[in-house]
Amino acid sequence: MAQEATTIDSVVSAYESDSSSLIQVLLDIQRRNRWLPKETLKEVSEKLDVPLTQVYHVSTFYKAFSLVPKGRHSLCVCLGTACQVRGAPRLLDKVVDAAGVKPGATSPDMRISLDTVNCLGCCALGPVMTVDGEYYSNPSTKEIQDILAACK
Amino acid sequence: MPTLRSAADLEKLRKDILAKRDPNRPCVTICSGTGCHAYGCDKVSDAFEKEIQKQGLKDKVDIRRTGCHGFCERGTLVVIFPQETCYLKVKPEDVPEIVSKTLMEGKVVERLLYTDADGRKIVHEGDIPFYKHQSRIVFGNNRLIDPKRIEDYIALGGYSAAAKTLLKMKPEQVLAEVKKANLRGRGGGGFPAGRKWEATRNAPGSPKYVVVNADEGDPGAYMDRSLLEGNPHSVLEGLLIGAYAIGSHEGYVYVRQEYPLAVENLSIALEQARALGLLGKDILGSGFDFDVKVHRGAGAFVSGEETALLTALEGRVGESRPKYVFPAVRGLWGKPTNINNVETWATVPLIINRGADWFTGIGTAGSKGTKIFSLVGKVNNTGLVEVPMGMKLRQVVFDVGGGIPKGKRFKAVQTGGPSGGVLPESLLDLPVDFDELTGVGSMMGSGGMIVMDEDNCMVDIARYFLNFLAGESCGKCVPCREGIYQMLKILNRICDGKGSESDLELLQEIAEVVRDSSLCALGGTAPNPVLSTLRYFRDEYEAHIKEKRCPSGVCKALISYYIDPVKCQACMICLKNCPVEAISGGKNLVHVIDQEKCTKCGGCLEVCPPKFGAVVKLSGVKVPEPVPRGTEVSRVHA
Repeated sequence: MAQEATTIDSVVSAYESDSSSLIQVLLDIQRRNRWLPKETLKEVSEKLDVPLTQVYHVSTFYKAFSLVPKGRHSLCVCLGTACQVRGAPRLLDKVVDAAGVKPGATSPDMRISLDTVNCLGCCALGPVMTVDGEYYSNPSTKEIQDILAACK
Repeated sequence: MPTLRSAADLEKLRKDILAKRDPNRPCVTICSGTGCHAYGCDKVSDAFEKEIQKQGLKDKVDIRRTGCHGFCERGTLVVIFPQETCYLKVKPEDVPEIVSKTLMEGKVVERLLYTDADGRKIVHEGDIPFYKHQSRIVFGNNRLIDPKRIEDYIALGGYSAAAKTLLKMKPEQVLAEVKKANLRGRGGGGFPAGRKWEATRNAPGSPKYVVVNADEGDPGAYMDRSLLEGNPHSVLEGLLIGAYAIGSHEGYVYVRQEYPLAVENLSIALEQARALGLLGKDILGSGFDFDVKVHRGAGAFVSGEETALLTALEGRVGESRPKYVFPAVRGLWGKPTNINNVETWATVPLIINRGADWFTGIGTAGSKGTKIFSLVGKVNNTGLVEVPMGMKLRQVVFDVGGGIPKGKRFKAVQTGGPSGGVLPESLLDLPVDFDELTGVGSMMGSGGMIVMDEDNCMVDIARYFLNFLAGESCGKCVPCREGIYQMLKILNRICDGKGSESDLELLQEIAEVVRDSSLCALGGTAPNPVLSTLRYFRDEYEAHIKEKRCPSGVCKALISYYIDPVKCQACMICLKNCPVEAISGGKNLVHVIDQEKCTKCGGCLEVCPPKFGAVVKLSGVKVPEPVPRGTEVSRVHA
């Protein structure tokens, strides 16, 4: 906890404790910690002098924030329009089947989190998914199983 | 590099940069845009560095990691200057051959060239049909610039428009020039930028703010991202010019945090511009001060709407506010604020340098200049294309885009993002123009252009967009929050085969209410996908409702998979691949799908060898009775 507090301090001070930088502060903490625990929200609220309700409002409104812990590996299936017309729903079905995790959820062993995004900006590869930042263009069921097996 | 104190300093720097460069010295440029990153361009770049060192060319060849070239379909793209030899789909293992053949011997590696429809090899980038039909005035410099080096931008005359503006023009003259150019907002609205600037300049109150809207949220659109990643200084220069015309000293770039490369390149660009005195106090000795902050957006489609973007900039949730008073009068922190999209800002330096007359010479009566589109979906040449306004949709899709893959038939093109419209084949000769697109129930939007073929169901597409918008509506006003949800419910019903004929009327009615009574543009345009598909593809809706048939075979509730016993060769492939074990049969026994168990994933159709083509998708017809279990293949065939 002590270490976490230091992180929040350093992030907040990087923005000179400016209350309008709330989103930027939360983004930095989210990136480092991969989620925003309740204690963190409280602390940010105090340090930036922003009501906790507003911190909560912001952290539930934007998609970048997670109020629950995320798995060690991040799977992301693109559901952008280009991927959609090229069969993204089918890819998502295959990934859900293989991973046993629904979109937005994390496996109980904290191994995998599955999310969907609205566009990854590499439409030529569609339908496309990323695993920990690596891109995979329309992987087959077998390929998905191999990719998942490599996620320890 | 020393701080630049005058236009002469800038010009001297440009000449110094050019003097150090030999135009005949080979330079390998590697596209490092997001699309090529996904293909692994970093590995290609690293391979070039290693190989050039290995073959002893380190002091004779330059390597440049550039922004997006646009031809994403064929990445990683490599162009070798000065010959402009263009290699496509380059992999790290191709690099040694390119270095030894092209760089050492001056020969071309044929197999990596573009091959046209007649089998001819094309060497130069500009001769490839995808590029040939474009006018890349805004986007074209991407391929010449390493976005992390301000020298590359200055070498091409970068910041000369800013110098001209700050040192030789009065703010009123800048306004007059931009107004004369009739530069309309590239973010979707199409509002004349000059008029917006003037309103902000004339509004009482200070400070005034200028903002770059880089919250590109349209799924399937990534042109702003590629411009900001590939040529960030062009956006900053445009912003500086606008700030001077408006009388603003503080600017913001609102960029999605999902675009880390854009954030990185922009931050580097800001530092470099500051170091040269192109941002900060007394820019180029003009006495004008201006600086820019970066604000990362946390992921909300509605934040792209300008009033919502402003509340997000203030550190709150991105909810739009009524526009009784425009941001030009009361914007960020209640002060006059001018917001323009990335592409709009990047076009400004060109207008200043080449003049409004040059700019108005391109395009149609009401829409001037060019527009960058993200041409994606069922099209052969996926990529970013910049075409003059007025080009026909047909030319964009077929001449630039190379038509539809796999010999399929074109069905529709969707423009304007999730709140745009879906246009049918009969409108393919429509010119790309703000007003023409609005006239047929779509819109320009920020430039997404999604091509669909005969396999895409238009009801399902409308449902997809509404599902997206239902999730992205900020929820502040009732018509948008509830109306979209109700329309989505009806569309779900129709796709599930439970629609009734009165649903279409109801859809139309709700759509019109949402359009007319929502608070902001998100709700105001949200019904477009429904209204446009109802208008142009009503027959598909009717097939879903009356015949319980999905003509494109997409809507799961209305389709069945069936194995034709006459064609089945009992190869066991589909049987083994079925995730729910719904397929029975065995070696030499005809395979049969148990319709009760089948989840309609389509896996069997995908894996059935094309030479057999035994698995078929049925819609609107009864699935034939299965052959008795244990029927042998030979018996059916006999």
